[in-house]
Amino acid sequence: MSGRGGPSDDGEGRDGEHDEVRGVPRIPGPRGAADDLPPEAYRPPPPPGPRGTRERGPAPGGGSAAASPAAADAPEADIPAPEAAIPDGTQGAAAGTGEPPGADPADHAPAADPAPAAPSHGVLKSLLGAWALSACSAEETAAVEEHLGECAPCADEALRLRDAVGLLHTDRDLDLDPLLRFQVLENCLVRRPARIPVPVWADAYDAETARLDALLRDIGRSDWDAPVRLKWFEGERQVDRRTTVGGVIAHLMGVDGLVAAALGLQDPLGAEAPRQPALRTEAAWDLGAGSGPRVRKPWREQSHALIRTVSFAGGGVAELPVSYGSFALPLRDSLLDRAFECWIHADDIADAVDYPYPAPGGAHLHRMIDLAARLLPAALAERRRAGLAGPPRQLVSAGSPGRSLHLEIEGSGGGHWYIALDSPAAVGSADHSVAQVALDGVEFCRLVAGHVSPQEAAAGHDGDREAVREVLFAAAGLSRI
Amino acid sequence: MAKDAPPRWDRRMQQRLARGEAAALGELYDRFASLVHSQAHRVLEDEEAAGQVTREVFGYIWENPDAYDPRQGPMRAWVARLTNTRAVRRLRESEAASLAPGDGGTSEELEQRVLRAAVAARADYIRSSMPAPLRAALELAYFQRRDYRQTAADLGVTEDEARRRLRLGLQLLSTAHTRPLEGSSPPGYGRVL
Repeated sequence: MSGRGGPSDDGEGRDGEHDEVRGVPRIPGPRGAADDLPPEAYRPPPPPGPRGTRERGPAPGGGSAAASPAAADAPEADIPAPEAAIPDGTQGAAAGTGEPPGADPADHAPAADPAPAAPSHGVLKSLLGAWALSACSAEETAAVEEHLGECAPCADEALRLRDAVGLLHTDRDLDLDPLLRFQVLENCLVRRPARIPVPVWADAYDAETARLDALLRDIGRSDWDAPVRLKWFEGERQVDRRTTVGGVIAHLMGVDGLVAAALGLQDPLGAEAPRQPALRTEAAWDLGAGSGPRVRKPWREQSHALIRTVSFAGGGVAELPVSYGSFALPLRDSLLDRAFECWIHADDIADAVDYPYPAPGGAHLHRMIDLAARLLPAALAERRRAGLAGPPRQLVSAGSPGRSLHLEIEGSGGGHWYIALDSPAAVGSADHSVAQVALDGVEFCRLVAGHVSPQEAAAGHDGDREAVREVLFAAAGLSRI
Repeated sequence: MAKDAPPRWDRRMQQRLARGEAAALGELYDRFASLVHSQAHRVLEDEEAAGQVTREVFGYIWENPDAYDPRQGPMRAWVARLTNTRAVRRLRESEAASLAPGDGGTSEELEQRVLRAAVAARADYIRSSMPAPLRAALELAYFQRRDYRQTAADLGVTEDEARRRLRLGLQLLSTAHTRPLEGSSPPGYGRVL
């Protein structure tokens, strides 16, 4: 680095191509052997031209033409430069303050300014940190770099600070293996069993919220505004709703709040908030909870609080009913449902920001599938009530085996389930199976989440076609926003 | 993750770990896993070995929550110290095992790596123990790529103040380079384990 034009030359080549200052790379390039050089070895080359031209122009003389558009179009050009950077109110400020009425456009070229009233030494010195981080405007960068050629103490400090920037880059792990969390916790708990364990039925929620949080940690600030389309089924058709990454987290937080409220914790949407997930989502968005990364902290604190609370409450709360307005689930199932939603929406987010996001581990996936399978008979009955399905074919007394569909889930988390077709009161039975559906576990979950339609789900089937259709539509009908 | 972790959080975490709360262990992991893993990886340059050190470090903390003394500094720094010590020890052991006697060149490389890792560990220590306002400014400017004016706006401070924080933060960090390093432990890094 010291052999070339100064600490910032990594940015110079590209600087000219991008017409905004924010395009200047903030992360310094590899810094070679600079660390080995004593600070005295740093001697910035003398600036080849008046301030501002060295960076961009192919030749010092012609640089000004290239420099001025870049400077003038920069977003910072509209922001008044800090008072310190406006030297004596003279032309030096022109590029920084936009378009003073009297300014000749040619004056944008710093070269045209024979005696730029440079910012004071104190101001330049105060800029060194921002300069080292490539976090100041093009004009300021140029002014600082010119100054470094003249001021040995500042040049020394500049070198030290630029080296320090390299030390900021320490969190190497963009993708910490999600399995590691499980292994680490397992290892700990074997060595010293927990006196207050996390209930097994809260495991999946613990794991999925941790995975989503790790994803959120890795995404950039701008990713929070990335558009995400939430999809689900209403009746027979897929509907969707546009939001952002932040909006998805607000949605998760709002609906998780149902569980919090059931446990006597504070409802993030207030005590009077509605129960229905859709209304709660709107309420969370109305509160502005979904705008930007701020929502991550309250969402995460709530999920941690839920896990902590159910740990202390232990098995006693497993059957506590959690109301969703039009239906209720026992807490153990409700947290499983929340884990499922967390994964599905984390996957939506990962898609939106182009990250890989694997499916949950087999044990958790199995429990999620099991929950959906247990909810299917009631969902079938719901379809009948809504007139979407024909009357039951064969009613049996409650608790007796009834006409069933054999749901065979393949892959990780898979297994066999027998879905009672005619009444939630009947018991699913292999002996009374009239049809079979075979699906991959993740595909089934995507169907249940309303992310793939019953017609498109890659399902193998056999037997009573009506039963197959009904079960696939009922599965999609389990989805909601 | 390295947001402001007040001492209160540290103390409370310690109490929760001491009373055997598995949920606290999960939260501990969520906060420090990437620090531990990345630091171990920096020393060992091996995914599996870094994973192993991560297991060891969390295992140690879970079994010995009382080993942390909040008066000695933030928990994050303590965790970093544990990690570095363990990772360096593991590196030396594995190199000693694989090195034939008299093969001096490689052991020099090893020392270089230990040294670099020590500088980086020290930098993380400095970063985690520096005043939160400085750290927040650096995170915005470096990780979120905000320029100093945006940083000022995000933090609700003047541009002067944002420049001051960025410069001060980097000055603090730069001491990781200039202070003398002795063996595997950077100054301030007692051999805890």
